[in-house]
Amino acid sequence: MIVVAKTLFILLAVMLFFAPLLTWIERKQSAVMQDRIGANRADLFGMTFLGLLHPLADLIKLLAKENVVPAEANRFLHALAPILSAVPAVIAFAVIPYGSSYRFGDFEITLVAADIDWGVLYLLAIGSLATYGAVLAGWASRSNWSMLGAIRTTAQMISYEVTMGLSLVGVFMVFGSLRLTDIAAAQDTTFRLFGFLDLLPGLLPAGPGWLDGVRLPAWGLFLQPLAFVLFFTCILAENKRPPFDLPEADSELVAGYFTEYSGMRFGLFYMAEFVEVVVIAGVMTVLFLGGWSIPWLSQQTLIGGVGSLLGVGFATAFCMLLHVACFFAKVAFMIWLQMLIRWSFPRFRYDQLMDLCWKIILPLSLLNVFLTAGGILLAERVGGGG
Amino acid sequence: MSFEALLFYAFGFLALFSALAMVCFVRHVVAGAMSLVVTMVSLAGIYVLLHAELVAVVQILVYAGAIVVLFLFVIMLLDLRDGGLGAPPRGQNLVKGVGVGGTVLIGAWLVASLSGVFAVEPLSAALPDGFGGHRAMGLALYGDKVLLVELSGLVLLAAIVGAVVLAMRGSE
Amino acid sequence: MSIPVEHVVVLSALLFLVGAVGALVRRNVIVILMCIELMLNAGNLALVAFNRVWSATAEGAALHDGQVFVMMVIAVAAAEVAVGLGILLALVRNRDSLNVDDVSLLRW
Repeated sequence: MIVVAKTLFILLAVMLFFAPLLTWIERKQSAVMQDRIGANRADLFGMTFLGLLHPLADLIKLLAKENVVPAEANRFLHALAPILSAVPAVIAFAVIPYGSSYRFGDFEITLVAADIDWGVLYLLAIGSLATYGAVLAGWASRSNWSMLGAIRTTAQMISYEVTMGLSLVGVFMVFGSLRLTDIAAAQDTTFRLFGFLDLLPGLLPAGPGWLDGVRLPAWGLFLQPLAFVLFFTCILAENKRPPFDLPEADSELVAGYFTEYSGMRFGLFYMAEFVEVVVIAGVMTVLFLGGWSIPWLSQQTLIGGVGSLLGVGFATAFCMLLHVACFFAKVAFMIWLQMLIRWSFPRFRYDQLMDLCWKIILPLSLLNVFLTAGGILLAERVGGGG
Repeated sequence: MSFEALLFYAFGFLALFSALAMVCFVRHVVAGAMSLVVTMVSLAGIYVLLHAELVAVVQILVYAGAIVVLFLFVIMLLDLRDGGLGAPPRGQNLVKGVGVGGTVLIGAWLVASLSGVFAVEPLSAALPDGFGGHRAMGLALYGDKVLLVELSGLVLLAAIVGAVVLAMRGSE
Repeated sequence: MSIPVEHVVVLSALLFLVGAVGALVRRNVIVILMCIELMLNAGNLALVAFNRVWSATAEGAALHDGQVFVMMVIAVAAAEVAVGLGILLALVRNRDSLNVDDVSLLRW
């Protein structure tokens, strides 16, 4: 019962709130960045609500349109492909925690649909299965544009999967777990920014006292800044949105692998893309931005502080709401960042795409593994530190 | 029959059926590759039932996520519009007959002759918690078998070099 | 799981058989490569099943040797596919054919 409620909550939040809203945000943000007025045409009794009615209009249009299947197409695979691309995006949410564990008397609730031991591996596996939707769509359509899009998809996805996994190794090493709830909980604390100075005792004159007081949240972003950049790049490339949109490059391949799709089947590809944007934001938040944690205010402190005034039960509920709100605020920030990137950079050339993956990201992620291992060994020797 | 046993037979049937489909029935190699994916994923399900979780995840990541995608990449690169299979030398029906008939016959013979051979009770003996998980497997792999891991890395490196040389020769 | 280990072994043997028949009967290089993958997978299944039985005994002592073996097989399979597909591309470039019967230069 609880599991159903938790699953429904995250599904509804993402599918009915974030994904449709994203189509509006994307239009509005591109309009702002290009100095246009933007989505403002769909209206209800003359009121446009800032263009917020566009997602609704989109939905009605997609549902009402005819489903055209090319005569040469493999009908079964052509119908299967949109489903194969939408399902992985949706089920990825199962392991993303949007809150901590909370205890109300004897009743304990963990705000995640499936708290499995190898959550990150699950995400990587789901990501690798997401390739099939695009590949089958391109092949089953029997169109040259689609086929070229599918070929580009396979090469791009395979390459960036390798580096995506490798760039995360440092994160696993720092947090010592593959369970996403553990990783999020490990970030609900702070560390001394200048703790590494302890490694050089005597070499430096005693710094001013405030140096010791400077503490940062122990987020992946601050502990693994290189991994943040590398993983973000890889996961953006996996989503096939600009500047990595070679499989669907609309100025070269019409629409790439889904050229021959229309109606609600096209809608599924469209929805999968936007749901993936939310998935990426969620994964980045949990791995690098501390998940549900509030910076400089750990769960214990918060519940203790508020609890002494208003009772523990109320404090726990308050903390839960605050954490969920904090998680979604961070998700919204990551979505905004993705939109910013999407509208800022031109598309890569194909050789640049492959060079970026194999000649830049791969060596850098290996370097990150070495540096992290060295850092952990040093920190163990000194005790504490970074 | 317990739920797990039911799952095992379902996955086993699915794996066998799609393997047979790949060998005997499909008309295009892409469909064959997709049946292979179904086999791989069903086997991953069976691995989970057999307490080999990490193996199951690696199976999906490597086989379904990389190897079959590589097959698809090459198939599409060659652009096999006609199905790519051509006519089997001794007739399609012979292939189907040999595949299905042989599998059923030898399967029946195996079941008959193997039943009771191992004298092992059902796969329900107790195992420690976390058996086959990433922690236990990591300790096993990077413990006394670390040389194997290093050597398999060497094999993969050699394969990469070989593949690049093979692929680049024609395009000079 | 309340099924005897024989059933898993029989499934593994059948999968191997299907792969072997395919590799012998089919003439397309890609299908033959996929059949080889199928045979490797059948072997993996048997390894995992026997590891499950063995590690629950006193002698096995919760060791993962069979599963480690499976990991090595997967690594070798990945290497094999990379080289195999490279050879396949070279074959298509030189002979313009995917049929193994056309490649008979080194026969006899």
